[in-house]
Amino acid sequence: MQDKHSEGKENNLLLDEMDRMILNEIQSHFPIEARPYQVLAETLGCSEEEVLQRVQDLKDRDVIRRIGANCNSRKLGYTSTLCAAKVPSRLMERFVEVVNSYMGVTHNYRRDHDYNIWFTLIAPSKEKIERILGEIVELTQVAEIISLPAERLFKIQVDFEV
Amino acid sequence: MSGKRQFTPLEKKIIHELQQDLPVVRRPFAAVAERVGISESELLEKVREFVADDIIRRFGATLRHQRSGFDANAMVVWEVEVERAEEVGNILASFREVSHCYQRPAMENWPYRLFTMIHGSSPEVCREIAQRMADAVGVEKYDLLFTQEELKKTTMAYFGESENEPGN
Repeated sequence: MQDKHSEGKENNLLLDEMDRMILNEIQSHFPIEARPYQVLAETLGCSEEEVLQRVQDLKDRDVIRRIGANCNSRKLGYTSTLCAAKVPSRLMERFVEVVNSYMGVTHNYRRDHDYNIWFTLIAPSKEKIERILGEIVELTQVAEIISLPAERLFKIQVDFEV
Repeated sequence: MSGKRQFTPLEKKIIHELQQDLPVVRRPFAAVAERVGISESELLEKVREFVADDIIRRFGATLRHQRSGFDANAMVVWEVEVERAEEVGNILASFREVSHCYQRPAMENWPYRLFTMIHGSSPEVCREIAQRMADAVGVEKYDLLFTQEELKKTTMAYFGESENEPGN
């Protein structure tokens, strides 16, 4: 994972102006059209073929991770929460393995705090979230896990200028 | 946020497919439509509807490094009484260094109610940003939790397993 990161970072430096324009455009304004790359080509003043080639290249270089939908979990009827756990180092490996095995765990980070592991959990219901957290405690012997579901959203930035 | 919408099996299938990686071809939506078993124009109409209804928050490319040139990330947490949470949250969210800002429940062993993700070129820069934010809202009790390691980062597969879907 670490290698992939530094590799990608170097690749970022190799982006030319057209790459940047494409990336800035397709993060949030990917055309929902039959020929999206043709529409992009018109916006950017190049050919459809060139846009396709560059996007494929950006994917091959791992600058673009994915092109697709990012859904609003709540609107789809799902429930989500942010969980924090105090994990002693002797239990760390097992804890990360168990937590990451759940499909609903989409992000997991180690942070410098007593609560040293922070992960997001998405599930079809509150009950399912409770059940998964119960399973994690049982399987890992890590008892100190708190669940902090969002009560209010002030900001979520969805795209980033390249 | 209001009203629970019910999704038809076809809509669930469409949402599931749209979360996969769109092929880089001239007519990518035609490829998805074929997998779903509808026409390209029907699919495009559905995608536009989902975007308009905020069911799809964003349709497009997700980058590997969302903040190129920003090497330090910190979750900054703020101890704020519930009465001030909305006011303080709005001010913290207005900082351009903040990518996410949420209010979450405070509890006995976790006094912090507001959460912000900030991005800077170094830990020192992150501390300076947090100090400026603290000054702006007049909150003294806050903490920075730096990201030490990314252990998982994926996209949720909604409507992926039929037995695991939201109930009615």
